[in-house]
Amino acid sequence: MRPLRLIPHDLDLGFIGKRKYFFVFSSVLVLLSIIVFLINGLSYGIDFKGGIMIEIRTEKAADIASMRKALRGLQLGEVALQTFGQPNDVLIRIQRQDGGAQEQQQAVQKIKDVLGQGIEYRRTEFVGPKVSSELFLDGVLAVTLAIGAILIYVWFRFEWQFGLGAVIALTHDVISTIGIFALLGLEFNLTTVAAVLTIAGYSINDTVVVFDRVRENLRKYKTMPLEELFNNSINQTLSRTVITSLTTLLALFALYSLGGPVIQDFSFAMIWGIIVGTYSSICVAVPLMLYMNLTRRTTLTGDADTASGTS
Amino acid sequence: MARFSKPKIAFIVLVSLGGLLFAAPNFIDSKTDAAVPDWLPHKQISLGLDLQGGSHLLLEVEVNTVIRDQLEALVDEVRAELRKARIRYHGLGRDGASGVKVTIRDATKTEEARGLLRKLDAQTTTSTDGNTIHVTLQESAIRDRRNAAMNQSVEIVRRRIDQTGTREPTIQRQGDDRILVQLPGVKDPERIKRLLGKTAKMTFRLTDERGASLDPSRPAPAGSQWMPSTDSRSGPAMFLVKKRVMVSGEDLVDSQPGFDQRSGQPIVNFRFNTRGAKKFGAATAANVDKPFAIVLDNKVISAPVIREPILGGSGQISGSFTVQEANDLALLLRAGALPAPLVILEERSVGPGLGADSVASGKIASGIGMVLVVVFMIAGYGIFGLMTDLALIVNVFLILAVLSVMQATLTLPGIAGIVLTIGMAVDSNVLIFERIREEVRGGMGPISAIDSGYKRAFTTIIDANLTTFIAAVLLYAFGSGPIRGFAVTLAVGIVTSLFTSVMLTRLFIEIWYQRKQPKELPI
Repeated sequence: MRPLRLIPHDLDLGFIGKRKYFFVFSSVLVLLSIIVFLINGLSYGIDFKGGIMIEIRTEKAADIASMRKALRGLQLGEVALQTFGQPNDVLIRIQRQDGGAQEQQQAVQKIKDVLGQGIEYRRTEFVGPKVSSELFLDGVLAVTLAIGAILIYVWFRFEWQFGLGAVIALTHDVISTIGIFALLGLEFNLTTVAAVLTIAGYSINDTVVVFDRVRENLRKYKTMPLEELFNNSINQTLSRTVITSLTTLLALFALYSLGGPVIQDFSFAMIWGIIVGTYSSICVAVPLMLYMNLTRRTTLTGDADTASGTS
Repeated sequence: MARFSKPKIAFIVLVSLGGLLFAAPNFIDSKTDAAVPDWLPHKQISLGLDLQGGSHLLLEVEVNTVIRDQLEALVDEVRAELRKARIRYHGLGRDGASGVKVTIRDATKTEEARGLLRKLDAQTTTSTDGNTIHVTLQESAIRDRRNAAMNQSVEIVRRRIDQTGTREPTIQRQGDDRILVQLPGVKDPERIKRLLGKTAKMTFRLTDERGASLDPSRPAPAGSQWMPSTDSRSGPAMFLVKKRVMVSGEDLVDSQPGFDQRSGQPIVNFRFNTRGAKKFGAATAANVDKPFAIVLDNKVISAPVIREPILGGSGQISGSFTVQEANDLALLLRAGALPAPLVILEERSVGPGLGADSVASGKIASGIGMVLVVVFMIAGYGIFGLMTDLALIVNVFLILAVLSVMQATLTLPGIAGIVLTIGMAVDSNVLIFERIREEVRGGMGPISAIDSGYKRAFTTIIDANLTTFIAAVLLYAFGSGPIRGFAVTLAVGIVTSLFTSVMLTRLFIEIWYQRKQPKELPI
């Protein structure tokens, strides 16, 4: 059986030549993400906002209207009800209650009293204000440190120019992921932060593969113009980039469609992040290096293993 | 082609078989497991609360109330001491979070007063500021006191939860003032929360008979205080209760729920220790025909009249309870009082139904994800893809084996981590195979192309995996609960996939090559 070739080996696409379009596209994407974020904000889940979330399953299709009326009667502030998955699965969200933790617990009890019998409580989550602000800070810290650590790693393995290019591409991916969450009003919670961090790891992974090839080619072809050299490096690794993205996307689509509601937002973030991350590695990170005063001399000091070609 | 040495082959085979062996317990039911000899591995992956159902509670102990109580007691001692010595003072009260201050009216007596106050408590320091004396608790004393209160709280929480019959609860102290409680499989989290929400400080006190003729909205007379009743249907809403405690709950040795023989009402029977029995006997003997109050957490739960002296040291509380309330009260009294109130900061409870559904959908998603990747790799790389797929299957077993041996907790995001690893694990092989293709195109023979492919892709593979590993480590450091489960499977997956995709596939390819000796690589 002859293996199928998704990307012909002699494919030569002019990524570097079209870099202006990519830069414009990416700038617009990042700007729009920031604008949407500023206008819409993120719809934080209870992890970061505090509050109560209850997932119930009723015996018959849920009567949302009467439930809503009953719960509004409790005067617990903002109450949101929605069915998801099946008509008898209901998600109830209640804003954080004034007062201390005791008030929150009483609110949960009141809700259970009002909803009455014949209801399966599948999930009850309550996050107090103290914990939610800690979780939020931890999330911000984790993402910042991850980007910082990756920058340091790439800087040690390559030159600083590579590190900077990688981190710009990475920030681009993170911001546009936040942008799509703000645009679609998807819930931003701890799981989403996990997704963002995984996207960071994946995106850098993609970038590093292309960078490795750029470095190798810099040693191999000492006189080739940088523009051509970068373009060749991208094309040589394109097959791998596409195939790995595809296998990962295949696994993620399985998660997205079959993994259940909790995992769905996570998988969505990951799918988006992998598409954006793959794009940014090729079309942002590498072309950016043209503007970073990369000299061949510096690249030769990096690694003792100078590529001596294919002997 | 660099041939593997015998020890290397043995290592690869042993690790792979070890993976199968240690992952195996997860695929058999408990009946079959009982039949497996003891020397074989039995450890299964422990499922997180989100997969098996249960409650996660993060509690905060309000330890500052312990220090405040101690300072209140110190204020009383200072007052008593100065009165005894007939030193006139004013402005006696708490001074900040860790001290008491008092101003002496007669400046010449300040030093005398300071001398007296210094002797009150060995763990205080005194200082003067004009006529004002500051008595401050030492840092170490506060720390010890807080620490003791925390340890005691953990112990009481453990006793209360053990009494409810919850299996395998985890109760851990976290940081300075928090307790993490994990209750797998608990059916009624509300009851546990109710039990933990009560301090359960019980006291027996006399009621102040003037209460009936006084207005509860006015301040209580000296020596007494107003307390709400838990049962306003069958009595007054507020009781005027003496501040002095006859006997406290510390002297209880046992309490059990029961039923009143005449009325059939649920009640709580209790028994004092010798000291408590003596005190209770003396107090009841001196106050026959007077009402007394049984006070729980500053609420009157029952206010019976003393018919006759109670000398045997045991009695009963009847306060129009439901059966559940009587059970809970008896349990709280048995387990003892918390030194400080507990507050629930975070709760995450998952019912068993949702947990089982999550496991089922996780299994389906990983199965389908796996099949898609397997098919894709065969389509993309033929026989080499098939070898990658075999390695991928070994990889999944290795992940399960490591998780079982480490007894790491598998959560729903953890399952997502495994699925993601399935997608990403083949990356290393894609890198290698693409390299081999290039080398073949460059005119290399099969052996050197394979050699060169593995060798030159290796640094890239390490770079790519290390960066993802960094993200996983940070997720573990800053994540909580289920997210940590994701970080663990991601990190474990990176390590095992390095083994399977670099070493195991290489062994497969070598064996295949030895047997077929192809002139050209079908890649």
